[in-house]
Amino acid sequence: MHHDFLDHYSRLESPVHRLPAGVKLVAALLLVLVLVLMPSSCWFFVLAAGGLFVAAFMARIPFSYLGKRLLLVEPFVIGMAALTLLQPGGLAMFLGIVVKSTLCLFTMILLASTTPFAELLRVLRRARVPALLVTTLALMYRYLFVLVDETERMNRARHSRTFTRQRWLVWKTLASVIGQLFVRSTERAERIYAAMCARGWR
Amino acid sequence: MHIPDGFLDVKTAVASGALAVTGVGAALWQAKLTLPARRVPLLGVTAAFIFAAQMLNFPVAGGTSGHLVGGVLAAVLLGPGAAIIVLTTVLLVQCFLFADGGVTALGANIFNMGLVDVVAGYTIYRGARRLVTGQRGLVLAAAFSSWCATVLAAVCCAGEVAWSGKVAWRLAFPAMTGVHMLIGIGEGAITALVLLAIVRVRPELVERKNDAPQPAATIGYGLLVTLGLALFVSPFACGWPDGLEKIAAKLGFENQAITTPLLSAPFPGYKLSWLGESGWVTAVISATGTLAAFAFAWLLARMLVPKTRL
Repeated sequence: MHHDFLDHYSRLESPVHRLPAGVKLVAALLLVLVLVLMPSSCWFFVLAAGGLFVAAFMARIPFSYLGKRLLLVEPFVIGMAALTLLQPGGLAMFLGIVVKSTLCLFTMILLASTTPFAELLRVLRRARVPALLVTTLALMYRYLFVLVDETERMNRARHSRTFTRQRWLVWKTLASVIGQLFVRSTERAERIYAAMCARGWR
Repeated sequence: MHIPDGFLDVKTAVASGALAVTGVGAALWQAKLTLPARRVPLLGVTAAFIFAAQMLNFPVAGGTSGHLVGGVLAAVLLGPGAAIIVLTTVLLVQCFLFADGGVTALGANIFNMGLVDVVAGYTIYRGARRLVTGQRGLVLAAAFSSWCATVLAAVCCAGEVAWSGKVAWRLAFPAMTGVHMLIGIGEGAITALVLLAIVRVRPELVERKNDAPQPAATIGYGLLVTLGLALFVSPFACGWPDGLEKIAAKLGFENQAITTPLLSAPFPGYKLSWLGESGWVTAVISATGTLAAFAFAWLLARMLVPKTRL
């Protein structure tokens, strides 16, 4: 399985990784909440950024990786924040929102890169989140990689068999890839249900 | 359409969070009562499917590309209750693993893309299915309802950001709605193509006859979505003084409000000077857009399904 692009570094060994997942989750949520609620103030932003950098350094996660993940989602923040620029006094608001959002993004990326998802799910289960939602989350996480692999396989097969630059045909074949993926997913879900029952689920 | 952290204020985050928790809670409760055990794994696998399908890029003009969002697709394939759970799961994973969509905006994102998209889309889909039968009806209904659902979710998103006082409504509304009127065309086309591809291989996955419709639950979700729209959108879309203004007038502190405009906008006070009253303009543009989307869906249906297949 080569698709561990989601939480590539979440299983490293470091003081930060060893912290209980619940502690990290609550700390991250608190930090995000404080960042959002606090009026924009320079010293607090610098303090938060410093804390996050120290945590990232201690967790031994390469900064290039964190930067790449940040660049992936940053355009949406800037695009949405750009609307504030059109208002009077918008620049201050724009900067405030972008800095706040970026720090929040960094917090969440750091949380995802230091905590395995299964442990987060265990925290959710302990927090009495409805069982059906946790089961769905767990199954989704488990089959995410399988289905992404399957999609790429089918897409590669399509690429090697269809030689067209006609956009409309590309759309049609891509849609049939998605349709086929759904058919296979339902069949897989039936097999999973049989396997779950065979192992004494419920 | 994922709102990041920092764009919503406390009242909007709390209100949308409460709506989202109510909606998802109702969906979970409904699933607990009516979902057969053998369909439980299907929820998780469908969530993974939506996630994987979102990774396929559809080429659009000029090197850009778009991808499926999948709210209406999930609603048609699984029914609205299950689709709400699936979309919520997708949004949760996107938020916690990808940092796509803020934690404090999670409620708003789930409300827009999990509830408004699914419930409004499904309702319109059902209505449109009644109009035209057969595969043509399927394509028409899927394309049109996906477009409407995408635009409605965008309007809701604009309303939330405007209600938070971050971006003025007269900026947020045209920007969000305009962009998503275009995105909605792509979403509609992809949803219709995918459903057509599925119905030609496994028709029973799309047209489930034995599933009893649950009008009570659907009406409940509908009420919830309407409540949200009334809360986030109607203060801006309606000419009457909103609640705050009314209270201000009653208590007599309305004159203390800042009277200078927040924005010397290109369209001051909703008015396009060369087009006259703006309420009309908005109404005409929305109606034209909706009619154009319907015509597009109809053409798509004519094109994709030859007459003999009816």
